[in-house]
Amino acid sequence: MSETARVSLTLNGEPRTVEIGAGRTLLDTLRWELDLTGTKECCAAGECGACTVYLDGEAVNSCLVLAAEADGREVTTIEGLGSGGRLSRLQEAFLETGAIQCGFCIPGMVVAADALLRETPRPTLDEVLQGLSGNLCRCGGYTRICAAVLRAAGAADVTG
Amino acid sequence: MRPFSYVPAASLEEAVGVLARHGDEAHLLAGGTSFVLLLQQGLVDPGVVVGLSSVPGLNTIERDGAGQLRIGAMATLGRIEGDPLVRDALPCLSEVVGRVATVRIRNQATIGGNLAHADPAQDPPPILLALDAVVEAIGPSGRRTIPLDSFFVDVFETALAPGEILTAVRVAAPSPAIRFATVKFLPRTVDDFATVTVAVRIDPSPDGRVADLRIALGAVAPVPLRAVAAENAIRGHVPDEALLAGAAELARDAVDPFDDVRGSADYKREMTRVWTLRALRRALAPSERVA
Repeated sequence: MSETARVSLTLNGEPRTVEIGAGRTLLDTLRWELDLTGTKECCAAGECGACTVYLDGEAVNSCLVLAAEADGREVTTIEGLGSGGRLSRLQEAFLETGAIQCGFCIPGMVVAADALLRETPRPTLDEVLQGLSGNLCRCGGYTRICAAVLRAAGAADVTG
Repeated sequence: MRPFSYVPAASLEEAVGVLARHGDEAHLLAGGTSFVLLLQQGLVDPGVVVGLSSVPGLNTIERDGAGQLRIGAMATLGRIEGDPLVRDALPCLSEVVGRVATVRIRNQATIGGNLAHADPAQDPPPILLALDAVVEAIGPSGRRTIPLDSFFVDVFETALAPGEILTAVRVAAPSPAIRFATVKFLPRTVDDFATVTVAVRIDPSPDGRVADLRIALGAVAPVPLRAVAAENAIRGHVPDEALLAGAAELARDAVDPFDDVRGSADYKREMTRVWTLRALRRALAPSERVA
């Protein structure tokens, strides 16, 4: 047995392999070993949602996942949303709505909202509040963040 | 945190073997929502961490031949919340796990980790106590079952022996006549741990008496517990407001909370009375029948 773990994962669609200490979190590994700094560290205790990523298609707090546990699995971060260098409809809606203030919570908000919209494409405001419950915004920008999610859902409605 | 080795177990037998070889040095990892925090805070200091997410089939939710629902230890709370079998047979459990923390925590936290961690403030134990749940375990001396009622020993302590692994929780699907009410009292934020949780199960009898019942409480004692004196006060009687009020007082007297940011011990005692009474009323109101 070794105190390092070799982790091979599919990261934003690409195969990646890292060798890390077995105690390192997925958050830490994304930011410091894989140079994906869009995912933010804030509380590091599973309470603020800033580190939200997809793990096998489900939103999780990457600060509470050991990277070793991501071996053989799929991870999608904020950098993996959108396609061909273009923002996703949801990301556009955040910009259009003025939902981004200091921006620190926004990657986690966007991934959490993306997960909500996958499950509930046309959420009510109450469902948005539930889906983003535990994603904390220090600027207090919740009203526009919720508006952005509803706007993205509405646009999807019109186009789809 | 000192460096440790991580062993993704390929089978329960392998996990049992690693635990047996390393004794106190080894620690199990289920969903990780509590374990990673304990690790970072230095409250656990393992030499070897045995991951259970790699054990095939440990998250299965199924109905066995006897009609019992068997929920594998590695089933996440989110999976249990949305599982069609659980929603059909145990909507009260689906409702309770759906109130735990946030959707991201529910996507990661497992029922086995939740029970084995034995944090008295967790949400699932009271409803599982009300359902007379049984846990399955495997260890160096084989497999056994433990009634949940005797599983919780103290804060963070369970009846699991050293080297034993909780593998599943089993619940008999209640008959449609049985009524449930669950309460999670959250005076702060919706994703917080509860100040008080109450689960009430009423087995009505055709003549209006309460044939049997369970009143289970969480977050108000070192372990989740049943308010047995309160149950005894109601069992066999036709419930009226005075009977329920008296039982709620007995529930209050059964708890032993500690002061924390979610309320003083006195406040939690009083809230135990208030929410037990409300949960009893809700379970007995015909329009509120949920299962």
